[in-house]
Order: sequence, then structure tokens, then C-alpha cells
Amino acid sequence: MPKTYDAVIIGGGHNGLVCAAYLARAGQDVLVLERRHVLGGAAVTEELYPGFHFSVCSYVVSLLRPSIIRDLELARHGLDLIPLETSFSPLPDDRGLCRWPDSGQNRREIARFSPHDADLYPEFGLTMTKLARFSRRIIDEPAPDPTSFRLPDLRHLLQLGRSMMESGEEEMFLQLKLLTMSAADFLDMWFESDVLKATMAVSGIIGTFLGVRSPGTAYVLLHHYMGEIDVAFRSWGYSRGGAGQISMACARAAESLGTEIRTEAGVDHVRLRNGRATGVVLENGDEISAQRVISSCDPNRTFLGLVGEDNLDDDFVRQIRRYKLRGSSGKVNLAVDRLPQFHGRKGTAHLRGDIAVAPSLDYLEHAYDEAKYGSFSQRPYLNVVIPSILDPTVAPPGKHIISIFVQYAPYHLKEGPEAWPSQREAFGDAVVSTLAEYCPGLEESILYRQVLTPWDLEKEFGLTEGNIFQGELSLEQLLFQRPAAGWAKYRTPIHDLWMCGSGTHPGGGIMGASGQLAARGILGSRK
Amino acid sequence: MPLPSPFHSRTSPLCTSLQWKEWGGYHAVCSYGTSHEPEYVALRHSAGLIDVSPLFKYEISGPDAARFLARVTVRDVTKLKVGRMSYLCWCDDDGQVVDDGTVARLGDEHFRLTAAEPSLSWLEGLRRGFAVSIEDSSVSLGTLALQGPSAREILRPIVDTDIDALRFFGILRCRLTGIDIWLSRTGYTGDLGYEIWIPRENAEAAYDAVLSAGEHLGLLAVGLDAMDVSRIEAGFIMNGVDYYSANHCLTDERKASPWELGLGWTVNLDREPFVGQAALRRLKETGEGRRLVGLNADWDEIKAIFEAYSLPPEVPTAAWRDGRPVYDESNRWIGQATSGAWSPILKANLALAQIDKAFAEPGTRVRFEITAEYHRHTVTATVTPMPFFNPPRKRA
Repeated sequence: MPKTYDAVIIGGGHNGLVCAAYLARAGQDVLVLERRHVLGGAAVTEELYPGFHFSVCSYVVSLLRPSIIRDLELARHGLDLIPLETSFSPLPDDRGLCRWPDSGQNRREIARFSPHDADLYPEFGLTMTKLARFSRRIIDEPAPDPTSFRLPDLRHLLQLGRSMMESGEEEMFLQLKLLTMSAADFLDMWFESDVLKATMAVSGIIGTFLGVRSPGTAYVLLHHYMGEIDVAFRSWGYSRGGAGQISMACARAAESLGTEIRTEAGVDHVRLRNGRATGVVLENGDEISAQRVISSCDPNRTFLGLVGEDNLDDDFVRQIRRYKLRGSSGKVNLAVDRLPQFHGRKGTAHLRGDIAVAPSLDYLEHAYDEAKYGSFSQRPYLNVVIPSILDPTVAPPGKHIISIFVQYAPYHLKEGPEAWPSQREAFGDAVVSTLAEYCPGLEESILYRQVLTPWDLEKEFGLTEGNIFQGELSLEQLLFQRPAAGWAKYRTPIHDLWMCGSGTHPGGGIMGASGQLAARGILGSRK
Repeated sequence: MPLPSPFHSRTSPLCTSLQWKEWGGYHAVCSYGTSHEPEYVALRHSAGLIDVSPLFKYEISGPDAARFLARVTVRDVTKLKVGRMSYLCWCDDDGQVVDDGTVARLGDEHFRLTAAEPSLSWLEGLRRGFAVSIEDSSVSLGTLALQGPSAREILRPIVDTDIDALRFFGILRCRLTGIDIWLSRTGYTGDLGYEIWIPRENAEAAYDAVLSAGEHLGLLAVGLDAMDVSRIEAGFIMNGVDYYSANHCLTDERKASPWELGLGWTVNLDREPFVGQAALRRLKETGEGRRLVGLNADWDEIKAIFEAYSLPPEVPTAAWRDGRPVYDESNRWIGQATSGAWSPILKANLALAQIDKAFAEPGTRVRFEITAEYHRHTVTATVTPMPFFNPPRKRA
């Protein structure tokens, strides 16, 4: 008689592992199945070139829930976050704008572009922090469904409503503006210098197929003020040893609690009996039985791939088909033999954080224009980090890793997504030559280059259409509509099949909240 | 007025924050930048270079050097082998701690003692009958602490010795880019690290050599603020902060025995007579007094307290050293927390405390005072084994 697990989790990314650890902590017998040879999903570290350890996909962390770090004792299991200290926005000339943790230095830096903006910058930060306090309540709880009329939902909505009322009229209006405006328009209300607005606006577009002037992008600006590393509402961090170390810490926590983890164990489909999930069938034909199946894959892959639309009702299938994935970004990872030198700045102080190639709002909107019509941006927005400055373990001495997040790289090229492999190197060239405009000598310093297009993210990492958040973080796909109206609480129309990936509330980033909240929902349902 | 240390010409231009304080009569950097955070990150993830020259240093030499130090301190120093170091404390006749430091056996008849406080007269007062000379080398030797996971790789190319052969608490004589130094595998951060002992006249050249060797390994000059956070994570006490030398205390209540400071393990009782032996024997038997414990304050309670004021939870941005009361669960005073810090690497709010020994078992819950919006509150803190942070590389 083969063993029946309490739960089998499809996908060994950080959410799957967090979910597994919480279930195991509650005494459940859990098995995690990962298709690839390494754990981590998109939060993965790989030695692609001898001596260089790349955070292949996801590369920074901000919203990893502090409660998860404590509950699962992740620090003891090897989690080690290094705060990113600065945010540097080089310009084609020698000026550039660097934002520092030191407020005086920051003020002087911004004042070179606009004394007015320099004064207003801290005020803006305070306002955003106030607004973020409200949003933070949302990400730590399952999304309340306003249509359900169930008591817990109503109670949660009431609490949210109350805390919004308490915040006062002015804040409420601002909150509504934030929900509806574009990032560029919202920042225009405050600031005048283009470079400052551009470098701030990009947080509104990361991972979406929208431009800085598209309505609804202002909301995501808040995420920057919701980050919690050591409770400072600012910080972005980098994980020592790369993003994979976050997943490894989750995996070690899960294993220490008794979870079994298998790699190179791709799931072919979810086994159904009489409308219930009873286990999974692996790609090699093996069957695994479980009381519950939990998918950390995106909704598209889960339902249209692993379950199969024949097993779902038409209305639900239509909802899942309409769920917007449309990946818009790529990644270029470089191994270089020297530290990049940007125009006009010496030393490394300005490189100890992220570097944004976003010189103006128009530049960003132009980049989007190309993508709208099915081409990658010739001059894209780049978010660059050089983790080897803060963490010498990832590259040999004196050599460095440059991690470049690139937007826009639309999944749907006008020639079709399958044209990506033939455009991959041209895309990589565009990225490197863009960065080299700010950073002379870059090309000559490259030892190794990895180019990941949305097509590669789909094929290699199982992210449908290459969407890094398992579904766009646009308003109509958040909260009680993520991933589908009525199915935002980790349950699915199939009995005993649950979801715990980024495609569920609150979704996106290395937060782990989806995995944590899914486990809470599963444990609460078992009565 | 404090004096410049032997490295002052190098540390001074690096200290862009101009944040200095007095330490042992010298100018010492609190943090080189406006925030000590990057320096802390360097200590735990790459390496930091700390000027620890203000430590007091004494060269004890002569045929009776070993016997003399065994008489003065609580450890049987005669057993220490050449090339080894030992951490210890010394006490007064009542078994109350006078100071703590390290002893290095540099030769059969040559030892170096470090101390937090000037100790020459204390040593001189005990030397009668011993064939030893005591020389104060505090001024003539500069000392650098090179601490952090990259420390070994930084030194490897610039020292003429097999760096891998230098074990934890070992010390040897070697050359660093041609400069004669003593190199020890010791430190005050609880991490992989070394201390470099350099004659004053070569101090600057050695500093330059280490700093440039570390350029590509993330080495930063690190000040005392970052070191303070790391030493709390490592569970190391500090004279003048976590306890007071028995020589300076007006009341007995202020004094502390080795057991009250977690230093009981350094005491070798059954041997030739030494200072404080009889009293220490009695203290060990009765087990009286407080106990040093590590505390980890409950985060959810802290968060709830701040939320009641509509504030995000605050953590101390730097290590603190203003003592705070500790209570039992029925709010009876049971001792004091003497220093503490938010540990970025452990994500925990830590403190060192001396409390009633009935509460010293790990896992015991006590209450610990915090202030939120100028109001006093207490939160649960759990007695936690120390060191809080104890990576395998520390001893590797």
C-alpha cells in the first residue's frame, strides 16, 4: 500500500516551501515536488559560470514577511539579508542622481536638480509611509471578499474601512488618487525634476505591461514604502549567497519540521477522482497519493495545464484564460572582470544599492511605446544591482556580478512569442549597449552573459508568458479577484486542490505571504 | 584630551562623519559614515578593519612570568602553550571581577596581557616575590582587528605564514608585507577574525597594506558602533558597560563575581594559590548571586505596543548601554539588562542581562522594559543561550 501524504505541494519555489513548512509545523506529512534540479523557483541561485553565483531571476527582496522569518526561524536556517543602501540613477552626462540613507546628503543630491524637490522629498516619504500603513494591513491577511457576506469577510472589511476613516479625509482622497492615477501624474503633483520622477516612477511599472503614464500604476509606488527589513519602511535587501538562499532557508526550515522535498520530480497532472484531487502523477508516470494537492504554479499552468480544462466549468476556464499574465520583462546576468565605472562618480558608495537606468519619464514611456506594438525596447528601463560588492561570496575577488532587470521585453512579440529565441541575442546586445552608455568599458569587461527573455522564463521556470509575479499586479487582478473572482482564498473549484503561489493574494515579490496565508487557510479548513 | 592612535593619520580622513569618542584616552571612531549599518554589514558579510589600539597591553616576561599570571588571574596560565591565547578575568580578594582580557603566550617566558582598564599598578602590586618584569606596551603597539568572513582571504596574500595553520586563539610572529607583526586568530565580534599587533613605527604602513589587500573583498574601516552590535550578538560582556571593575565600585551590590558575568568557565580553582581563590571557592559552593543571561524580546508584543500609538514598531538603531530593569512575570524586579541591540542578522531584539539565578534557565520568560512614545511598557523576553550568533566559521 503506497503512502498517502497529508499534502503534496507542486513547485519548490519560496511560496511552496513556506506553505510546506507551515503545514509541517502543524504536524502534517508534506511532500514538495520540484521539476528542476534546484529548489527556489524564481528565487534561485545558480553557478552559471565558474566562481560566479547568480540570482538568476529574482534578485532583491523587500516584502518577505517578518512573521515568516520569525515563525520558521529562517535566520537560524541561513537567511541573511543585506540592506541595499542607495539608489543611483545615472544620466548620460556626468551628473546622475543618487539617493542615500543619509538625509542631509540626499537633500544636497536632489537639490542639484531642484531645491524645491529636495525640500519636498521627506514630506513625500512621510505621506507615503502613512498610506502604506493602511496597505500593510491588507497583505498580512487573506483578501476579504465584499460579495460573500460571510462574517469574517465583513469583519475584516469593517476593520479596513475603520482604519481608512481614521486616517482622515486628506489621506483618504490621496489613497483614492493613488489607486486610480498613473505613477507619472501622481509624482507630478509633488515634484518637478524629471530624473527624480523617473527613478521613482519605475516602481509603478515593474513586472506590469503598463507604462509610467498608464492609470493605476501609482498604487505600486507604495510598495517601496511597505518594505520591511529590520522594520525600516524603506529597505530593499539582497540575500547573502543570492536569492536562492532565501528558498534554501525555507527548505531547511521545512525539512527540519519533517517535510520531504524531491527535485527533478516534474508533475504531469493532478490526479482527480470524482471531482476531488487525490494526488499527482509525475512526468515519469509515478503516482503520489495525498489528501490534498497544493499548487504553487501560476493559475494558468495550474488549471489549464495540471488540471485540464475538461475538468473545470466553462465560466471558470474563461476567467483563467482572461487572467493577464503577459510578461513584460527580461533579465540579463553578467560576469565581469572589474567593477563598472559610471560617468562622473568614483568609488563604490553609490553602487551599494540599486542602479536605475531611467533618465526621464519620456524615456520610460518611449520604452513602453515599442513594447505596445510587439518589440522589445531598444533603450529599455534597467534595474541593475552588483551584489558582489556587498557579498563577496558570489564572485571571485576583484570580479563582479551585474544583475540587470530589463523592461520592456513583451512576451507577445509581433512575430509571436516563439520568435524570442531568434531575437534573444539582439535583446541582450540592446541591454548591454544601453548600460554601456552610462558605464564606458562595460562591454570589454564581460566574461559571461546570460540573457533571459520572457520565453525563457516560461520554458525554464514555468512562469506562463514569463510573468515574474504569476499574473500582473494590476488593480483588477488584486485582492479578492486574484486569481479569479470568488476564488481568492487559495481554494479552487476542485475539492482538495489549493493554490499557494504568487498568483494568489497578495502575490508578487519574494514575500512568502501567499504560501503562509494558503497554509493558514488549509489548516483552518480541516475540521 | 584624548590622543591620536597610531593609525590616526589613516582613520581620520576615512571618518567622513566626524563621529568620534574617547576610548582609553584615545580618539576612537564611532562610525566612519553617518550610519554604522554598512560597517556592520561588512563585519558579517565581508570584513571590517577596526582600530583597537586603545586596549591596554602589558608585556609580562621573566622566569616566573607564567606563575605570576597564574597568581593574578583566575586561569591556570602555566598550562598555556607557546603560540596560544586564552580569555580570562582577574578578581580581587573577595572574588569580584577587576577586569577581563586575553593572555597570549609569546614565548616560554614572555606573555602579553590585554585589559580594558589601566592595570599596571594592580599588576605591580602583586609582583613581589616573582622574577618578572612588567612593561606597558599600550603605547608602543598598535592593534588592528580584522574581522569578518573575508578576513582570512584578505591576509593570505600579504603574510609570510601559512594562514590556515593559525587556529582559533592561536598567535604567531610573522611578516605582513615585510613588517614584523604578531598575528592572532582572535577578536571581539564572534566571527572569523584576526588581531594584528604592530610596533607603532610601522602602524601606518601595515594599515595601508591591509586596507588595499581588502579592497576587492569588501573590506571597510569599521568603527565602534558596528563592533558594539556584533559583540552583543556574540554575547561578549564589556567592562564599564555590563559590569564595573570591583576596584571602582562604591557598593558591593555593583560588583560581580565571574559566575555573575558568565565567566565561571574561566576559573580554575584547584591549583596553586591565586588572588581571590578562597572567596571564589566559597562563591562556587554557595552559587550565590545573579547570572548573566541573554534575552530575546518578543517582537509581536513590541509591535502591538507601538501599534497602539499608531506607530510602526521601532528597534534600536544602534546598540544601547543604558541599563534597564528586568522583571519577573508578576512584575517583581529581578535584575538589569545592561546592553542590547537589534540584531540585523538574527532579526531579534537582544540584550545582555544579569538577573536572579532562579530565572536563568534558557526558555524562562521574564519581562523587559521598553519605551514607546515616552511611555514605559514591559514586554516578554525569553532567556536565550549565548552566543546568540555563533557561526561555524568563528572557530574555523
